[in-house]
Amino acid sequence: MKRVYVNEEVCLGCHLCEFECAYANSGAPDETGRPNNMFKAFNGPKTPVARIRVEEGEMRGDDRICFAVSCRHCETPYCVEGCITGALSVEDGVIKIDDERCIGCRTCTVMCPYGCLVYSDHHTMLKCELCLENSTGSPACVQACPNRAIVYEERQ
Amino acid sequence: MKKDSNMEENTIRTQYLVIGNSAAGIGAVQGIRSVDPSGQLLLLSDEPHHTYSRPLISYWLQGRVEPENMVYRDTDFYDDNGVTALLGPDYRVESIDGENKTAKLANGQTVVFDKAVIASGSAPFVPPIGGLETAQDDFTFTKLADAQGVRDVVDRVNEEGRQPKVVILGAGLIGLKAAEALNDQAESIIIIDLAPRVLPSVLTEGTAGYVQEILADRGLDFRLGRSIASIGDHQVTLSDDETLPYDVLILAAGTRPAVGFAKEAGIECGRGILTDEHQETNMAGIYAAGDCTDSMDISSGQVRNMAVLPNAFMQGQTAGVSMAGEEAVYDKGFPVNSLGLLGFYMLSAGSYTGDELVVNDGECVKHFFLGDDRLNGFIIFGDCPRAGIYTDLIRNKTDLAGIDTDRLFREPGIMAFGTQARAAKVARPH
Ligand SMILES: Cc1cc2nc3c(=O)[nH]c(=O)nc-3n(C[C@H](O)[C@H](O)[C@H](O)COP(=O)(O)OP(=O)(O)OC[C@H]3O[C@@H](n4cnc5c(N)ncnc54)[C@H](O)[C@@H]3O)c2cc1C
Repeated sequence: MKRVYVNEEVCLGCHLCEFECAYANSGAPDETGRPNNMFKAFNGPKTPVARIRVEEGEMRGDDRICFAVSCRHCETPYCVEGCITGALSVEDGVIKIDDERCIGCRTCTVMCPYGCLVYSDHHTMLKCELCLENSTGSPACVQACPNRAIVYEERQ
Repeated sequence: MKKDSNMEENTIRTQYLVIGNSAAGIGAVQGIRSVDPSGQLLLLSDEPHHTYSRPLISYWLQGRVEPENMVYRDTDFYDDNGVTALLGPDYRVESIDGENKTAKLANGQTVVFDKAVIASGSAPFVPPIGGLETAQDDFTFTKLADAQGVRDVVDRVNEEGRQPKVVILGAGLIGLKAAEALNDQAESIIIIDLAPRVLPSVLTEGTAGYVQEILADRGLDFRLGRSIASIGDHQVTLSDDETLPYDVLILAAGTRPAVGFAKEAGIECGRGILTDEHQETNMAGIYAAGDCTDSMDISSGQVRNMAVLPNAFMQGQTAGVSMAGEEAVYDKGFPVNSLGLLGFYMLSAGSYTGDELVVNDGECVKHFFLGDDRLNGFIIFGDCPRAGIYTDLIRNKTDLAGIDTDRLFREPGIMAFGTQARAAKVARPH
């Protein structure tokens, strides 16, 4: 299955991925398939929330590093196994969340080894669904990455 | 699944029998089907409903969840998985015979099976109290039917133009979730517990007072270190003679593993049913999973009853895969819980042994329990978005020696791990 992979050596820490992720998941698309108004999306009553997050910092003895982390779509998905409502499920390898059934209890937050579920102000959790559920069709973070520090591909 | 003409009319044959229709039972179904897509599979439950999420009963009572969203799996789950589900009091398992591989049901039918998993969960424990038999409008709080009963009384009292007075016995998770559900619908809520502190299974002695204060600020009233001495006509008298009138009385003193028929069948039990790491009991071909079992808590090295949903599902899944003939072990058991009460969150995992390290990062207060370069457990107060990174340290018994723990305990992140570990986490498939 195609997944999002990260190469910390070439990540610039520009945070474009976060921005594009939030935007791609922010609402109604226009005819180009993208949400139609970036100004509206970020100035509405609810700020769009990114499901990907750039970690950055100085390492002990190392240089400064940064890299983006989003749902790994694990083969043993602890978030799904632990979900107390059944809102999380796996469909063709992609871990999805049903926001009608999520109550924002945060059990998935405590289960996920990578810290990849985020809380929305709609009282539910959000996660990366590889942009298959929104109009972008393939991960917006990858499309936006200027340095190929995040890629979307099949690996063994 | 058809009646066997060579046997009595009343006999059902099945390859796999799943007793229980909740997290562990559903985990078992998914486990079986991940290996064997077509073997006959019969699932029994003494509750009449499609599989539903037990923790959601308080959210339903609160009005936060629509009835159709109570389902733990989609409504076509049984069809999609080739499951014959017989649901309701008629299908209560009364006894099981491990030698002959049969189970007797309440309606007199006998099920003959090749392999079975007991996923009977837990049952509420109610201490003996004078006047209990004649008490009115008293409820335990573990099933949808219990929440429906409470709802009916609340509605009735509302029709009289009042809000109900609520008395709850038990300041544990279930009692407090019931309190949360009713907080905006009740005239008063008083919580009684024999223990001197709240949430004894989730909190340490040192943190319980802090949480109690927060909950008291948000409207809950406590009577701790006291018990109900007797129940009269819509009132309870406490051990210190205080009398409290009630419209709704919720009895949430605790739960016990539902091991009745298993124990009678000679299946080895501690508090709960004992199993090996494949979830098989001492009787070959009979497995057990979920709240009805005791299992190894890897964070303490002790066998105990864990009674949280993620464990129940995972144990069920392990049992299912094993029943269908593939190798599966459940060796990652430890309690993990997220408890939200009146908007206040407590995230916890593992066991609270070893040295306690308290880190206040401004957003939340984290108590870590450390021993021998390992994280044994934690409790976090407040919202901590990436807390699962800590859970994973317990799950993998990660050696903390190679990790930047100053950074990690301040802010959970993949950053704190070495280059190799980071690459394994984000650059390689899992
Ligand atoms: C109000 C409440 C809130 C909770 N909140 C949380 C939470 O936030 N997080 C968390 O992790 N856990 C929570 N729990 C605990 C969680 O619900 C349990 O850990 C989980 O449901 C255990 O699943 P199980 O399948 O082992 O057993 P159960 O859910 O108890 O299910 C047992 C099943 O077996 C059936 N059964 C029992 N005996 C028989 C019999 N003799 N014959 C036929 N069928 C039988 C029952 O009908 C049922 O279908 C909560 C529980 C309650 C009550």
